[in-house]
Amino acid sequence: MSSFVKQLKEGILTNNPIFVQLIGMCPTLATSTSLKNGIGMGLAVTFVLMCSNLVISLLRKFIPSKVRIAAYIVIIAGFVTIVDLSLQAYLPELSSSLGMFIPLIVVNCIILARAEAFASKNGPLPSLIDGLSMGLGFTVAISILSTVRELLGSGTIYGLPVFGDGYTPIIMLILPAGGFLTLGLLIALFQHLTRNKEESK
Amino acid sequence: MSGLTYYFSLALSAILIENFIFVKFLGCCPFLGVSKKIDTATGMGIAVIFVMTVASAVTNLVNTYILGTTYAYMRTVVFILIIASLVQFIEMFLMKSMPALYESLGIYLPLITTNCAVLGVANLNVTNGLDFIGSVICGSSAGGGFTLAIVLFASVREKLEYADYPKCFEGFPIALVSASLLAIAFMGFQGLSIF
Repeated sequence: MSSFVKQLKEGILTNNPIFVQLIGMCPTLATSTSLKNGIGMGLAVTFVLMCSNLVISLLRKFIPSKVRIAAYIVIIAGFVTIVDLSLQAYLPELSSSLGMFIPLIVVNCIILARAEAFASKNGPLPSLIDGLSMGLGFTVAISILSTVRELLGSGTIYGLPVFGDGYTPIIMLILPAGGFLTLGLLIALFQHLTRNKEESK
Repeated sequence: MSGLTYYFSLALSAILIENFIFVKFLGCCPFLGVSKKIDTATGMGIAVIFVMTVASAVTNLVNTYILGTTYAYMRTVVFILIIASLVQFIEMFLMKSMPALYESLGIYLPLITTNCAVLGVANLNVTNGLDFIGSVICGSSAGGGFTLAIVLFASVREKLEYADYPKCFEGFPIALVSASLLAIAFMGFQGLSIF
């Protein structure tokens, strides 16, 4: 149980894929224009990450190390196709707003990095938990980013107006330039906070 | 639009108006990862142009003649396999026949498999319904747009080494903030839109 909490803490806080490891930037920047999209993307990645980690961990003794990357990619692509088709069927609205970034989960560095660094060396259960915690870390980070962008960029949270009519949204924040800017400022804040903590210790 | 104008506007749109990095957010990982020096950024850029052009051509042919609409659900799996094997093949080919080029591009090639710009352009070509020539032009000019962006960004980052900024901005944050300024500059090209 304690290892579960430890892994969860690592994925969400100390080794967060976005704020600390800085991988998986493309979907993070592109789909964080609204909280709805951000959460959708985060959960899709979490699902693929858990499934691929589990399967790769189960197959880790059978996959020859020379062709392992290709094998991982095929496994990941299979799960991504499942997600893509299910979203198209059951959540067509979300599917069209995430657009091409759903198939692009295949080349999301987080998934391949976890397969290579964790699932290929550990048993199925820890790998599944690792997938869950890294996926949640990604979801938390992308949710924070998209909340900031949606709140200031269109004055709403999850589509609900917050500031009332008098607020003029800073449109730049939901444009590409705002994505880079908000993420840069958030990581700076994160580094500032963790550094202060280290110094006070 | 007639043939040549159409292809020209396609190329211009892929390089400037719909720049892969600053407008579409494709290929951000290598963009942030390999942009510390102009030399390496140029090397990466040229390798990406090369792979994207070949990948666009091959995926277009495979999609038209093999997958069609019947096997459309296999697209993601097939495309990523094509790209991965293509990268491997190009690497072996360069090693044998052009060792000098391999020396300079070698280390970037394996990274390109996980560059989402390559899979992105292959998917976009299909969704936009481009023909073979259109796909090749779109692939090479999107690669050109990537190179333009990464080289510009690398030259900014080289200067950043000497800049004085708050300590918590060290590393990625300051790079992201400067990328944002470049993205604002690229927003100016939206006005060029001819489509």
